[in-house]
Amino acid sequence: MRSSLHIGVLALQGDFERHLRQLHLLNVSGREVRCREELSGLDGLIIPGGESTAMNELIDRFAMRDALGDFIRTRVVWGTCAGSILLAREVDDRRIRPFGAMDISVIRNGYGRQIHSFYAEITARLNGDTRLLRASFIRAPIIARYGNGVMVLAEYGGRPVLLEQPNCMVSTFHTELHDNPLLTTYFLDKIISRGRPKSASSAYRSVS
Amino acid sequence: MNFEDKDYRIRVGLAEMLKGGVIMDVINPEQAKIAEQSGAVAVMALERVPADIRAEGGVARMAAPEVIESIKAAVTIPVMAKCRIGHFAEAEILQALEVDFVDESEVLTPADYENHIDKWTFKVPFVCGCRNLGEALRRVAEGAAMIRTKGEAGTGDVSEAVKHLREINREIKKLTVMAKEDLYRVAKELRAPLSVVMMVAETGRLPVPNFAAGGIATPADAALVMKLGAEAVFVGSGIFKSANPEKRGRAIVTAVTQFNDARAVADCSRGLGEAMKGISTAEIPEEKLLHVR
Repeated sequence: MRSSLHIGVLALQGDFERHLRQLHLLNVSGREVRCREELSGLDGLIIPGGESTAMNELIDRFAMRDALGDFIRTRVVWGTCAGSILLAREVDDRRIRPFGAMDISVIRNGYGRQIHSFYAEITARLNGDTRLLRASFIRAPIIARYGNGVMVLAEYGGRPVLLEQPNCMVSTFHTELHDNPLLTTYFLDKIISRGRPKSASSAYRSVS
Repeated sequence: MNFEDKDYRIRVGLAEMLKGGVIMDVINPEQAKIAEQSGAVAVMALERVPADIRAEGGVARMAAPEVIESIKAAVTIPVMAKCRIGHFAEAEILQALEVDFVDESEVLTPADYENHIDKWTFKVPFVCGCRNLGEALRRVAEGAAMIRTKGEAGTGDVSEAVKHLREINREIKKLTVMAKEDLYRVAKELRAPLSVVMMVAETGRLPVPNFAAGGIATPADAALVMKLGAEAVFVGSGIFKSANPEKRGRAIVTAVTQFNDARAVADCSRGLGEAMKGISTAEIPEEKLLHVR
């Protein structure tokens, strides 16, 4: 079932290759997305880690904002680190226009500069099981607020670091750097359990 | 030397996040802001760009703390800074200033002609230049979290970067088809630890991200090095020594993302004004070349 999914990874910049490698490890077809046409036919999208200012700028430069917005509204998406910033409702930086898919407020580089980046083992509650995740927090954001409809799946240091809504998940850390596809699997199952929304493909076609 | 060390993985992790992006040399906060707006993923804080170091001569050193701090205050993207080869005291100062990456760079005047910095003892990640696989693997063995080609900085001539990328690719390919018993000899020839050589032979790639630098001046140059397998691009003098840094910076960022789409690279190459004049590396006398350092 998972192997029939088509997953895109936004490849404007960042560690998109690491995410594609996780998909490959799971025998799932992954595709780099660098223009709006490449969103066509995808069941889900991963927005990787990288620099959110650069990605935000390139989304506009390559005229992808409307198509991405439609995709995010109608399909299942996962944002890691910079990706979680782009999917948030609020960001502490007015230059960034987040998509607002996830009811969270985010502080960019919340832990500080690279010297304060860190590794941690965190426990996540995935489908009722408690799972250990090896996690790299790299110039990571902090989630300062989340709404009532948001489920916290993992915390670190008393702060939420892995959260989900029915159509969206965000992680402020990287598991893909440790070649651990556990969260990727969780994301794929989320797409399967949600099913394909009827309006999705037509919504995309109208903007392409 | 432990490539599974958690802190080391965190250092390499930042290099992973910079992939597919452009890192621009800047000398003041205004340039840093232009770089960030144009889509750069990081800036390199300098007192002089390589073209000026080349023109003015003298000893080139780490930038003054106030230069680095003013640039750090101007942008939110990572800020890198250069220290001299082997000058671990400069590197410690840069770490204390909380720069995000240190470039142990041949562009500055070397402080030690025999030893590079032991980069395992630092929390801040390092990038080092190289011309061939042996150099790359020695720097990796010393703890570098990212490798870049040396190219020939400050020239606007991309030929050395191309040569170094091709050389590394060729040597990696050769390793992957070699019998295991040959690797002992090759490690000796490369003057690199056997364990690192074996890792590359097995995976067919460097253990850390491999970026291009040195002489990149146009969107086409950037697309070329990406097509040759570079995972991101450093641009030194090429942007702020050109007629229109705003436009050229944007165009080079576009070219690095869309390097496989010649139409997109053509479109972003229009109306950029003059590129940096540059100097052909063939005209530079041997003793003035930076990449041999």
